[in-house]
Amino acid sequence: MSVKLTSRQVGDVTVVDAAGRITLGEGASSFRDTIRDLAASGHKKLLLNLAEISYIDSSGIGELVSAFTSLANQGGVVKLLNLTKRVQDLLQITKLYTVFEVHNDEAKAVQSFQ
Amino acid sequence: MADQKGTDAHTLEQVLESALGSVDNAEEAVLEEARHLGFDEDDLHKIGMSVRECLVNAVVHGNRYNRRKKVHLKVVRTPDCLTIVIGDEGDGFDPAKVPDPLEGDNLLRGSGRGVMLMQAFMDEFQVSQRSPQGTEVRMLKCRAKSE
Repeated sequence: MSVKLTSRQVGDVTVVDAAGRITLGEGASSFRDTIRDLAASGHKKLLLNLAEISYIDSSGIGELVSAFTSLANQGGVVKLLNLTKRVQDLLQITKLYTVFEVHNDEAKAVQSFQ
Repeated sequence: MADQKGTDAHTLEQVLESALGSVDNAEEAVLEEARHLGFDEDDLHKIGMSVRECLVNAVVHGNRYNRRKKVHLKVVRTPDCLTIVIGDEGDGFDPAKVPDPLEGDNLLRGSGRGVMLMQAFMDEFQVSQRSPQGTEVRMLKCRAKSE
């Protein structure tokens, strides 16, 4: 299974529920296209819910970083929600926990954008 | 690098196409060998991801998807350790020239983290020149000794 991305609106925050694998190829490009389309249509506050992500490789990590920098360049914000232990470990190894704001509670995460 | 030769060694060798489809095949083949050794789920994930990162490098950066060039996979399983050797037929690669992904602005780069992840996940990681052409990566992972 590649990645499945579903977006929903909570106030002015767009929550993107991601499930499956974000790896080089279809998964990473599908993720990149979704983020690009959301930003292009004016969704600049993105909360990426990674609870159902089963696998992410360095390309997937790269896509998370690209989403962060791309939205920041457009005056937007990307935050992460519900990391699995493995994604947490990857953010530790890559020091990206110093870049991303990470939440475990959706309501509090949404509130943090205000 | 520990010597993995011995009477108890089991060896698997495959020659793979320079295509992303080879990545999944190689990962599964190596994981099957790793399961024989009894690695736990966490180590299996680390081994699988290291193989994936290495194969992607071989296909994309080494052989540049050139169908005439192959990726060479060798797995040696001994009672406690797995040695994985992945070679490409590209123009060569110097890991010392890879920018440190933890350094300053590199943190925000969209790529360049694969080598660091392999080094973090495996017990040993070595890069050498492959004869007559290309790059060879040798990785070792051993089971944690039970108390």
